[in-house]
Amino acid sequence: MTNERPKRLALVASKGTLDQAYPPLILATTAAAMGWEAGIFFTFYGLNLLHRKRRRHLQVSPIGNPAMPPPLHALPMVKVPNLLGTLPGMTAMATTMMKGWMSKAKMPSVEEMLDMCVEADVRLFACATTMGVMGIRQEELIPQAQCAGATTFLDYAAGADVSLFV
Amino acid sequence: MSAVEITSTLDCTGLVCPLPVIKLSKAIKAAAPGAVIELLATDPGAVADLEAFERRTGHRVLARSESNGIFRFVVQRAK
Repeated sequence: MTNERPKRLALVASKGTLDQAYPPLILATTAAAMGWEAGIFFTFYGLNLLHRKRRRHLQVSPIGNPAMPPPLHALPMVKVPNLLGTLPGMTAMATTMMKGWMSKAKMPSVEEMLDMCVEADVRLFACATTMGVMGIRQEELIPQAQCAGATTFLDYAAGADVSLFV
Repeated sequence: MSAVEITSTLDCTGLVCPLPVIKLSKAIKAAAPGAVIELLATDPGAVADLEAFERRTGHRVLARSESNGIFRFVVQRAK
């Protein structure tokens, strides 16, 4: 515990929805809190989490998501039919709902969780391929994001004790 | 329980994972070695989490108890 090298966590964050943004950020901040090294490779839609503007507008969609809780707690069997999820405004509504649960549980926002990662020296790798494919420039990302390819991440992950793909 | 001098209290009631452990870690970093921090939490996951935290970090959990849904941990900073 004391004389060993610190443990290392290497994560891939590949999703850019509000709900899926949390797990890698929770794991990385917790790892850092235990004194571990932690690094996250943000790839494909996951890169939105490092995007200065987009990270403030992550959404969750009720479409194709049967796990979405019912709007009325008293009637758990009455779910919003999937087809209704396609109506304009439904994604915004689901997003508002989820943000409501989060703030009720005093969960930090995605932005705040990322700030906690930065504060805890979590390595934030921005997938170079995604930047190229999606036309995202370095200056659109938060300054702590380090543009890197798969080789860099694999090199980092080779020294990890825990690696997860989210 | 023997009289351990509590250096500071960290109220994490109403907070969910990962906040109690993150706040505890920050408080430990800010404290002197040997300092004793009292952590109050309502997150039921904190019971198992504090065991893992102790195992992984070496900071000792000197006491743990529960009353009225509030978990109380007494944690001593190692090193």
